[in-house]
Amino acid sequence: MSVIGTAAAVTAATKTIDPELDWPVARLRVDDLRVAFLVAGARRGVVRGLSFELAPGECVAIVGESGSGKSVTARALVGLAGRNAIVEASTLELHHEDVRAFTARQWRQVRGRDVGFILQDALVSLDPLRTVGAEIAEALRLHRWGTRARRARRVIELLTRVGVPRPALRARQRPDQLSGGLRQRALIASAIALDPDIVIADEPTTALDVTVQVQVLAELETMKRRGASIILISHDLSVVAQLADQILVMRAGEVVEQGSAATVLGAPTHEYTRALIAAVPSEHTRGTPLSPVPVPDAALSASAPAPADSRTGPVLEARDLTKHFGAPDGSITRAVDGVSFALDAGKTLGIVGESGSGKSTTARLVLGLETLDRGTVRLLGRDWSGIPERRRRPLRPRISVVSQDPLSSFDPRWNVERILVDALAASDRRGASAKRARAVELLGFVGLGAEVLDRFPLRLSGGQRQRVAIARALATRPSVIVLDEAVSALDVTVQAQILDLLVALQRSSGVSYLFISHDLGVISHLSDEVLVMKDGAVVESGAPDEIFRRPRHPYTRELIASIPEFDPAAIATSAASTRK
Amino acid sequence: MTAIRPAAGSAVPVRTAGLADRLARRPWGLYAAIGFVALLAVAAIAPQALATHDPTALNYPASLQAPSWTHWFGTDESGRDLYSRVVYGARESLLIGLGAAAVGVGLALILGSLAALAIKPAAVVVDRFVEILFTFPTLLLALLLIAIVGPSATTEILAVGLGTAPGYARMIRGQILAAKGSAYVEAAIALGHSRPRVVFAHILPNALRPLVAIFALSVGQSIVWASSLSFLGLGVAPPSSEWGALLDAGRQYIVQAGWLIVVPGLVIVAVALAATTIGRYVQARLEKGEK
Repeated sequence: MSVIGTAAAVTAATKTIDPELDWPVARLRVDDLRVAFLVAGARRGVVRGLSFELAPGECVAIVGESGSGKSVTARALVGLAGRNAIVEASTLELHHEDVRAFTARQWRQVRGRDVGFILQDALVSLDPLRTVGAEIAEALRLHRWGTRARRARRVIELLTRVGVPRPALRARQRPDQLSGGLRQRALIASAIALDPDIVIADEPTTALDVTVQVQVLAELETMKRRGASIILISHDLSVVAQLADQILVMRAGEVVEQGSAATVLGAPTHEYTRALIAAVPSEHTRGTPLSPVPVPDAALSASAPAPADSRTGPVLEARDLTKHFGAPDGSITRAVDGVSFALDAGKTLGIVGESGSGKSTTARLVLGLETLDRGTVRLLGRDWSGIPERRRRPLRPRISVVSQDPLSSFDPRWNVERILVDALAASDRRGASAKRARAVELLGFVGLGAEVLDRFPLRLSGGQRQRVAIARALATRPSVIVLDEAVSALDVTVQAQILDLLVALQRSSGVSYLFISHDLGVISHLSDEVLVMKDGAVVESGAPDEIFRRPRHPYTRELIASIPEFDPAAIATSAASTRK
Repeated sequence: MTAIRPAAGSAVPVRTAGLADRLARRPWGLYAAIGFVALLAVAAIAPQALATHDPTALNYPASLQAPSWTHWFGTDESGRDLYSRVVYGARESLLIGLGAAAVGVGLALILGSLAALAIKPAAVVVDRFVEILFTFPTLLLALLLIAIVGPSATTEILAVGLGTAPGYARMIRGQILAAKGSAYVEAAIALGHSRPRVVFAHILPNALRPLVAIFALSVGQSIVWASSLSFLGLGVAPPSSEWGALLDAGRQYIVQAGWLIVVPGLVIVAVALAATTIGRYVQARLEKGEK
């Protein structure tokens, strides 16, 4: 039985060479792929007219924002679109075999053996009760590959190949004992266990820190060099730019632009592709709008912070912030360890760091939602951290917050009007109609109309929710807004609009931002000063130019080296030279 | 919040929940439950509209008759019409059920809120007290109170309320703690709202959304407990036609006239099932609304 896997691999290899042309032909041919879902008896098309060919050693990237149909496409290609899906195509050939009429049983044969599928979230894709080794061996066992002992050896070999250190130990551990990066690599190992020559990776790095992302991308690159064909699904153009030979840009189920990576990224013809590329924030985009959508006029006239704050000196000052958490086993986590900074009026301080670096705890300490173990926070020159909550309350309107997930920060029973009016009320004694007018004014600042007042946040889009959250943060005319990963969950074009809005609001109102993000591009686009955090401590701080051009600390250097290089201008130049 | 809910839901020790769940998911199940409760309401308010005989009229020649067209549920040892006695017993039975549920949920509300919201030492004391109460079986707690005060309808209400309160108290405490730890409460604190305002505008309204459902479930459960106490002779005494008392009276004739115990028993089961079905339906609607 052990021969089957190898035999299949051999046939697959011979299949890809057309003897007459002596030229490798496509492993996967898709022509006019259409996917529709049956919703209440009616057909709803989600993918229309998608065509491409995938050659050995080639990477085709499908790029698009949420709802563009890119993940559905990936699933349809391996027969996983679901029971309600209608998948049609004029050609859908896998290794020259028409797979359009495949049964579920035939698909199971294909998946794993011919096509490996890497899913986005390794934490939910791996069985929490099984060891990583058992999970990978399962993929082999399902295809009756080898004996038990051979499978065990193969698991170690695979883990080594995807760059997992100490593979023998890791194979015996469960997913929760592994870091996010190791989990994702274990998932890749199980996807490539049978050496499939096509690998479909659906947002393989989205949940990962940049330093881990760079390792996963390197692994995909190695697989590609070994001859694997890769279909990469991503919303992130900078990731795509690393790996793709061919790019399909999808929007609302349709391919708006398709071509070689250099052409699509370097000389895009469709306006949506251009908007997507322009929307990627980086140090090159500082001071320029990211989105073609203009900022609402009202944002340009947003009211200044309450007049009492017209004073000199930093609006927010943190000295030696320290917070340790004790775990039940007696160990101590130094969540935040001796962090100091000062934020001047009208400026933006960016805090950048990977997950677990203590940046969100810093935000909570600054907001007075967590008690300090050591250190002080001063707000508008007054003591803020050392006073009881009762005395802090009157000052609270001066500092507000926008979080990553606005939906959970709104009372689920309330509509937008109540949310905004409630935010005003603490200091505001005006009548109901005046408050309503102020709510409408606040919505105007963030580019939303009065018709949103009656809506519930649940019924708003992600971008609209974040706009409402910003409107609420502006309600008390604060001097400082803490933005904790405020744009991280948004699509890149929506993120661009929100970032443009934040810049405009700061210019007109003079509010200061404490901007926390894991995304170096966003940080360098927005910040006047940057703090790089690792393991609860600040490893480097300074002006963004200095930090990004001349990083001194090794960690900062590693972090910056991990950002996928994405400079549309450079790609355009190289595209032009290839065409000549 | 969602993580807490299943555990909280299973804290409701209503044995008919499985069937009620299935009924609550079907329109006819729900309509039947509502219809039955409406019928009982009529029986409680105007029993003479439904009764076919005088529930206290003695008629010895017709004693211990099996169910027939003249006596739908049969007759008891004194020839009284069982159907009419069940109809006339509805008022007392339902009042005891509603009363006990009100006492139980009310007490639970106070204890649960204190355990979740009071300042540290007080909250811990209340929490431990609830936990101690929780270790007693419901019936034992009720028996304890009756042993001290002596049986009566009022004692029965208090006893059943006290017996069922600890379970609901823990459930309410969990709901409040979940709301207290939510991002929207933190957002309200960050806005500078006062503590009472945060508690009354955000924490309690969100935490107590399932209260209507809890109450409906509790009514069904309380009627069952109250009947158990009456059956043991610790509730309302037999001349009354409260359903538990009917069970107690019928017990002696279980061999000759089984219907005397079967019919009131079925009525009790039906009430509990109807109340639970309605409760589950309300609960499902509330949870659906949150998503």
